[in-house]
Amino acid sequence: MPAQAAEAGTVEVSYRDAVREAIRDALRRDKRVFLMGEDVGRYGGCYAVSKGLLAEFGPDRIRDTPLSESGFTGAGIGAAMAGMRPIVELMTVNFSLLALDQILNTAATIRHMSGNQFGVPLVIRLATGGGRQLAAQHSHSLEGWYAHIPGIKVLAPATLEDARGMLWTALEDPDPVLIFENIMLYNMIGTLAPGAGPVDIAKAAIRRPGKDVTLITYGGSLWKTLEAAGQLAAEGIDAEVIDLRCLRPLDDQTFVASVARTRRAVIVDEGWRSGSISAEIMARIVEQAFYQLDAPVGRVCSAEVPIPYARHLEQAALPRVLGIVAAAKAVLGRS
Amino acid sequence: MTAATDKPRLSRTHALDLLKHMVRIREFEGKCAELYTQEKIRGFLHLYDGEEAVAVGVIPVLEPRDRIVATYREHGHALVRGVSMRTTLAEMFGKQEGCSRGRGGSMHLFDRATNFHGGNAIVGGGLPLSVGLALADHMRGEHNVTACFFGEGAVAEGEFHESLNLAALWGLPVLFVCENNLYAMGTALTISESETDIQRKAACYRIPAEAVDGMDVIAVEAAARRAVHAVRNSGTPYFLECRTYRLRPHSMFDAQLYRDKAEVDAWRHKEPIVRFRQWLETNHMIHPDDLARIDVEVAAEIADAVAFAEAGTWEPVEELTRFTHADKAA
Repeated sequence: MPAQAAEAGTVEVSYRDAVREAIRDALRRDKRVFLMGEDVGRYGGCYAVSKGLLAEFGPDRIRDTPLSESGFTGAGIGAAMAGMRPIVELMTVNFSLLALDQILNTAATIRHMSGNQFGVPLVIRLATGGGRQLAAQHSHSLEGWYAHIPGIKVLAPATLEDARGMLWTALEDPDPVLIFENIMLYNMIGTLAPGAGPVDIAKAAIRRPGKDVTLITYGGSLWKTLEAAGQLAAEGIDAEVIDLRCLRPLDDQTFVASVARTRRAVIVDEGWRSGSISAEIMARIVEQAFYQLDAPVGRVCSAEVPIPYARHLEQAALPRVLGIVAAAKAVLGRS
Repeated sequence: MTAATDKPRLSRTHALDLLKHMVRIREFEGKCAELYTQEKIRGFLHLYDGEEAVAVGVIPVLEPRDRIVATYREHGHALVRGVSMRTTLAEMFGKQEGCSRGRGGSMHLFDRATNFHGGNAIVGGGLPLSVGLALADHMRGEHNVTACFFGEGAVAEGEFHESLNLAALWGLPVLFVCENNLYAMGTALTISESETDIQRKAACYRIPAEAVDGMDVIAVEAAARRAVHAVRNSGTPYFLECRTYRLRPHSMFDAQLYRDKAEVDAWRHKEPIVRFRQWLETNHMIHPDDLARIDVEVAAEIADAVAFAEAGTWEPVEELTRFTHADKAA
């Protein structure tokens, strides 16, 4: 995203800065909050998100951990159960699989399983997505998997406002919240109002209103989708772009209402196609707006391969603007 | 039995308490097995028969403010901790009067009032949790002890090693209590661990450790006193290995093909209740009347718990999804 000229009173920041400011703000607001994860302290965070925070808050609250994903995620769960408000950082979504037992079997279950006696007010931040040639063990988008799990919330901040604002709202939630930060967004620069603060984490947002087709997406794919919408506009197609923001619970109402207006939909999802969040969205459209549809719902997903290293192959595996434009035209019967 | 001089606090009253705790667990679980065959209790049922001296030796040493993390074989821990027999049994019946509202069953007893942070049915899964509970206490400067019970099977899990390392590295007040009953379900320790002297593993993490005869309630209690004292005063972890034996099958579905009857019989001679009772008799610390009184009291409590569980009600199906998340604040 190109740097924008700062309007009066706004500040120019990167997505990384916005996340860092959100963490800093939370640490200042609430002494129960602390950050823990691999290389969050002395290294400054694998993606430099937490750079500088150790000096400001000290090693107790900016807690470097050993490479023990299950151990420190479980420790975050226990600390949350005992009244703290931990932010656990998992360096990439692929590594989070080592902590999946704790996330699914403990964090997501314990309130229900204990008959509401214990809750886990924990936030887990994870880097997700491909595009940096990090190959098949660092590049996947598994947020849709996590969205399968009852008992947790799954957020995907795509904008600077959400990167800045979702964390605090998530920390106020009495239950576990996973925040997926797409690695391609960290360097995105834009402007943020100086008073930017907490945002709701329940509603999808219409990022571009339109009347011809609804493009439903989230996270890193939002910007590709908006670019595609721009190209479609040049061809006389007015696309509405919906940013889901929250993958669990899904805000059906917003995208179903949009599809009911435009009568056509394409879902753009960096996850794999089979059994994906895009499949779930498609199912809900069919369940709730079948008779409003003028065409089958389309999808643009990642190719069903481990994300490869070579740049041309990686790009071919991920959703692309070209593919989104083509899918939108296809549901409109245009070529 | 441990020499009496090791335990100056062993008054007659205390000795009878320990005996009663163990009898209470044994008789309660005997009833549970019966109720299981009657299909009042379903799912998995893991009995603690033979291992009672561990929970009874350790848990009363803890204070009410301390925390407990247990396993799926945790009826005994819950009872000794003070979770009522009524709500424990109602939970196993699946009734909403149960200590987890009937959502957890035998393997997931929870009780906030006694800081009982749950039975956990993922082997090793409770260890990171105990580290986190202790981390919260540590960060707030609260000198609570978190006692984490787990079997020797958990030692093979990565989470065991991650948790011991974290607790030692960060100086956290966790008492790790390994209930070494020699079998991870049906897999013997000797075919699952290269080092079968479990307490030695703690040394790799610079955690002080000791092994104790887990069939001797007095020895367990004496070790637990040392351990809890050490954890509370230092704020750092301690590792207690209690060497014990499960006299019954792993669960109600286990044909016990993996061990000889002779082995079970040999351990039966060491079982903790008879052994302690005989020792008390030898030392003239108990009268036949005491035993009769304990039996009567325990039988009455069990009968009351069964009646309570029977009279319990089913949670309305409309509440099925409730508490997947917290109720919205009014």
